[in-house]
Amino acid sequence: MLSGGGGGSGGGGGGAGGGGGAGGGSGGGRSPKPSFVSYVTPEEINLTEKEISRKEKQPDLLQGEVIFCSASPIRKCTQDDFSQRGIFGSLFCTNFRISFISDETQLEEEEGQVFKNKLYGENDIPLTCVDNIYRGFDEKKKLITSGSVRNKYPSKIIIHCKDLRVFQFSLAFAKEEDAKKIFQGIVHHCLEPKSLKCIFAFSYSEKMTFSSENQTKLKTVMFDSMVDWAQEMKRTKGNCKLVSANADFNISTKYIWCWSHHSGCALFKTASLPLMQEDGCSQSYRTYMERYCTCVKTEELPETLPTIQDIQQSYNKFKQFFLVDNTTEFWMSDVKWFSSLENSGWLDIIRQCLTKAVEVVECLENENTNVLIMEEEGSDLCCVISSLVQVMLDPHFRTLEGFQSLVQKEWVAGGHHFLDRCNYLHKDKESPVFLLFLECVWQLLQQYAPAFQFSETYLTVLSDSVDVSVFSTFLFNSPHHRATTIQPVSLLAQKGPLNLPTVWDWSVQFNSAAQDFFTNPLYVEKSRQDKVPRKTFRPKHQRHQSLPSTAFKSSPKKSFFKDETDSLKKMLRVKRISRWLNPTDLTQSTTREFYEAWQRKPLDYHGLLLPCVDGPALRVWAQRYLRWLPEVQIFGGGAMTLEKKLVDLLAEVRELRGKLDWHCSVDFSHRGAAALAGSSVRLSSAFPFFVSRTWSFKPAIPSCLQKNLITGTFADKEDEDSECLGVI
Amino acid sequence: MAEIESCFVFNASTKQSIFLCFQASNESLKMELLADVPLLPGEERVIGKYKDIIYICPFNGPVKGRVFITNYRLFFRSVDVDPAVTLNVPLGVISRVEKMGGASSRGENSYGLDITCKDMRNLRFALKQEGHSRRDIFDILFRYAFPLSHGLQLFAFLSQEKYQENGWTVYNPVQEFRRQGLPNDQWRITFLNNNYELCDTYPTILVVPYSASDEDLRKVATFRSRGRIPVLSWIHPENQAVITRCSQPLVGMSGKRNRDDERYLDIIRATNKMTSKLTIFDARPNVNAVANKATGGGYEGEDAYQNAELVFLDIHNIHVMRESLKKLKDIVYPNVEESHWLSSLESTHWLEHIKLVLSGAIQVADKISTGSSVVVHCSDGWDRTAQLTSLAMLMLDSYYRTFRGFQVLLEKEWISFGHKFASRIGHGDKNHADADRSPIFLQFIDCVWQMTKQFPTAFEFNERLLVAVLDHLYSCRFGTFLYNCESARDANEVKMKTVSLWSFINSDRASYINPFYTVEFVHVLYPVASMRHLELWVSYYIRWNPRIRQQVRKGQICSSSTHLLGSTSQDHICILQLCQRGCTSVKMRSYCKMGFNGVEMLLYF
Repeated sequence: MLSGGGGGSGGGGGGAGGGGGAGGGSGGGRSPKPSFVSYVTPEEINLTEKEISRKEKQPDLLQGEVIFCSASPIRKCTQDDFSQRGIFGSLFCTNFRISFISDETQLEEEEGQVFKNKLYGENDIPLTCVDNIYRGFDEKKKLITSGSVRNKYPSKIIIHCKDLRVFQFSLAFAKEEDAKKIFQGIVHHCLEPKSLKCIFAFSYSEKMTFSSENQTKLKTVMFDSMVDWAQEMKRTKGNCKLVSANADFNISTKYIWCWSHHSGCALFKTASLPLMQEDGCSQSYRTYMERYCTCVKTEELPETLPTIQDIQQSYNKFKQFFLVDNTTEFWMSDVKWFSSLENSGWLDIIRQCLTKAVEVVECLENENTNVLIMEEEGSDLCCVISSLVQVMLDPHFRTLEGFQSLVQKEWVAGGHHFLDRCNYLHKDKESPVFLLFLECVWQLLQQYAPAFQFSETYLTVLSDSVDVSVFSTFLFNSPHHRATTIQPVSLLAQKGPLNLPTVWDWSVQFNSAAQDFFTNPLYVEKSRQDKVPRKTFRPKHQRHQSLPSTAFKSSPKKSFFKDETDSLKKMLRVKRISRWLNPTDLTQSTTREFYEAWQRKPLDYHGLLLPCVDGPALRVWAQRYLRWLPEVQIFGGGAMTLEKKLVDLLAEVRELRGKLDWHCSVDFSHRGAAALAGSSVRLSSAFPFFVSRTWSFKPAIPSCLQKNLITGTFADKEDEDSECLGVI
Repeated sequence: MAEIESCFVFNASTKQSIFLCFQASNESLKMELLADVPLLPGEERVIGKYKDIIYICPFNGPVKGRVFITNYRLFFRSVDVDPAVTLNVPLGVISRVEKMGGASSRGENSYGLDITCKDMRNLRFALKQEGHSRRDIFDILFRYAFPLSHGLQLFAFLSQEKYQENGWTVYNPVQEFRRQGLPNDQWRITFLNNNYELCDTYPTILVVPYSASDEDLRKVATFRSRGRIPVLSWIHPENQAVITRCSQPLVGMSGKRNRDDERYLDIIRATNKMTSKLTIFDARPNVNAVANKATGGGYEGEDAYQNAELVFLDIHNIHVMRESLKKLKDIVYPNVEESHWLSSLESTHWLEHIKLVLSGAIQVADKISTGSSVVVHCSDGWDRTAQLTSLAMLMLDSYYRTFRGFQVLLEKEWISFGHKFASRIGHGDKNHADADRSPIFLQFIDCVWQMTKQFPTAFEFNERLLVAVLDHLYSCRFGTFLYNCESARDANEVKMKTVSLWSFINSDRASYINPFYTVEFVHVLYPVASMRHLELWVSYYIRWNPRIRQQVRKGQICSSSTHLLGSTSQDHICILQLCQRGCTSVKMRSYCKMGFNGVEMLLYF
């Protein structure tokens, strides 16, 4: 009965651009389509009839996307239903994604569906977004590893995604051959090691032309040219000389200027130096240090921060709390939520990073010393700390464009091993270091919302984009790696240089209405008036005590780098520079004082921001982690309701202002969630990510409450009153 | 030299709550220049300046200063410290005063007073050891902090404050029942309890099934603990499902039955055609309900009440809640537990209890909105029952989420139905270890706060109102939360002799309004009772700790949205303030048409 389905592997979709003729056959005078819900047993389904209507349904393929295999009918088990209901449809595996196409007519473009990703839909999983695949049987599940698949296939597969969605597909209704093929295809493409060239971005961009206009329209500074660096240095009034010696990427150890404080001191990062014997080199080093860096504090990050492996392990534990397969499991885990959260250690890692960044900020801000942060490769925690420091110190990096430039500067140009850390090629070097940074920024954002131009939705989307495998931003291990990869590919490509899209071109994923969700309506733009006098809050004398900034600037000695490349190289090979001056506990107490002193001052959203890292202050990024869990949807509530109200109020004030004709020339740039303004969409806490179709009026009622909540002490005690109840 | 209360005040909204007592309208403030402490009308100094006392601030270390004590408050101000540290503590919040150290104690600051407060803090003062210097201050503090134990009156009876509005008129039971569409053909208003003869802890006006006679009610009262018979709290405007509340049936060890009670519950069921089975929510854990049989109580047995289903909601008793809060205080005051914050928080079970109460209320609300009537009770029907009915009503009825409606809700479900405020809080009573004390009302307010967090635009009032209510729950400045029930209030002429908290609150409405309130009538709000969404109310429980800066809350959002509107132009600030004052947009528009001066004028009036 089931012949072929969507065709075997191979070139199904091709250039046609997907299911163009979807409207055609289904309406052809046939009896009303059966709805495939639980009360219809699979046997009753008239498969032949289904077959015909299914044929027309194929995923809308992207440029360069090719279908590998497909199977049908596949039942997608939905989580939010009480029964074991599901939707029937077809499952496809392409070179970009796993795609489930429902047989039921999609109620597309519903109200509230403003937030649609152009690259993949709610039933699509980009291959690189697949985290784990499980074999499901009798309410249990078993992890599938790349080697373990032989000729078998399970009746049910459970896919855990990196963006924390959970899919369950039942393969039991498809033809054995198809089921086997799709299962093996999915496992192969999602779990087996592969080569970089197989990543979808390459075939995608071969076919697509991302006009460089698009790129130049972006205000994000990419830090791929000397000019960008020079500009940035000018902006921060930094006084380091630019070195182009590394143009050929021959200095393996990177030693990078990050940012200059307005007092003249600067932040640098580097990979740890190989230990060398004391030879002539150290002599030259000593003189070098005497000449150029009289005050540098070195911070070796691995000594106080968790390792890359720790981060990965902790996150693995943490994310499990959100990859919930069913409601019972959810409420079971709810009872021990706080202690499980603590055991995962994830919030603690965030705390450690924030604390470390505050320490560095203290050095720059209070002591005006140069700071050099070190780490073995100089491209993981160094990136986290250096970029956090800059977010805290420099309001420019709290704007949308500024933040994107920061990621370009510290992470992309800074050589973070995105490819390895994101595990696109399944090579076991995965670690959510970039996510950790976003987490830390989110903590700052939720503590000081008005200081950030971007919203938490922006951060969530950015964290999702990492796993989409289309963007050059996350595709390489370093600029060098990028250059060496792209060159040969470009030579082969006929259309000239390969032009991979950057993630910052948000139009690749979202239309402009959806992009409105990226701006934070609470953001307080710096008013022109504010710019000058605000500084008076700061105790100026303190800064000048150590090093008057003017002296600092005029003295070439204080400059960290000269363009003497040779001596630079020598210096790089030298052992250690200096130890952190304070022992750790002393540091902690001064950092505490530093925080408290800062806290006593009036809060300036355009000045220094320090996070509160005490237990109650650090939270779970609810939007990112809870958005797909039906049990915790707050219908009619959540942060977005507040945002919508604010946008409405702003619109109203703007209108009133127009009527009153006061200062009507002022243009408002606050757009946050503008798409919602005036609409009557009923929101939920998962909006805009998850829009419930079937409006559930049924509240979630916790089960599995901890029955023996208290130890016997009061259970036997009389209930409300010590007086006896009169027995009447 | 501007003084700021650096030690205890760390942001505007807390400042507000500490100095709430200063917010009375200007004419009611009597400035005492010498002391520089504005006293309330009727407030009198009972101790002169007490010099050379050291306040041992847990955050900033010992500070030397002066103390005044009035019949309402303890006031401390530091000397020689800039900015000055001040304390302004209504005596009502004090639960315990103890002497610390003896005349021969060694060590710095080891001799003095240790004061335990009901609002999550402790205060320690050190005095000089010479000449029994603390005897006077201890005696006075002990006397005035616990006036009822010393034959004195609570401050509410001494206060001479005057407000334009009379807060005692906020709640009028007949009016409130009329709002709900009562009486109707199924339910009648009865004045049977006019002299508190049917039930001395119930209000005088009750709503009961139309077809139950007064005689029936009297018979039912004999079978319900303390005569607290099932009466109507709320009726659904469309499906006519009702929330009724009562106390446990007096089943006892022998498993007694009472035909009148059984018939009465069936009458309640029958008032709503859609209710085939009346759901009885017993707030207690099953075991506790069974244990209550030993003291004559119990629960509705299946055999006796055939048209009812019984659901236990597993909420624990007042003793468990008291201990839980005690543990919570241990981990937040004076210092916040650092190394294992989350597991410590879990081990207090405070949020677990909040979850149980909320989830119980969700179940009540869910039953009602699906058209099924419910009966809610616990043991006596004045603690857990009040929590459940009022929270369910908050979910079901948007009126109770308004500024006025919330006051009505508290007056109705808590005050008039006899939540034992006097016993649970221990107003003016020195017996700090009284087993009757329990933070049940605080727990309810916490649940409300959790709801306002989850639905930031659904409540007309803001967090500050909740904090103000809790502050005056203890302060004894107003009569609202004094006494256990209406009959006791009548006997003490509370409405005649004291001021209502709502007089004070309603005179400063703007401070308590949520500017983001969006009127929405239709929907039931179900909060999510999962630990994933419940959080500790930091800005209440940890407000004394200056390190925990309050995170972005409404206050900040307000100020930032003021910025948004262009900090240069005053008009926007004005408009926003108008928003905050709860003006409708229509009104705003008309104000704005008057132009800036008009707006300005309106603001100052």
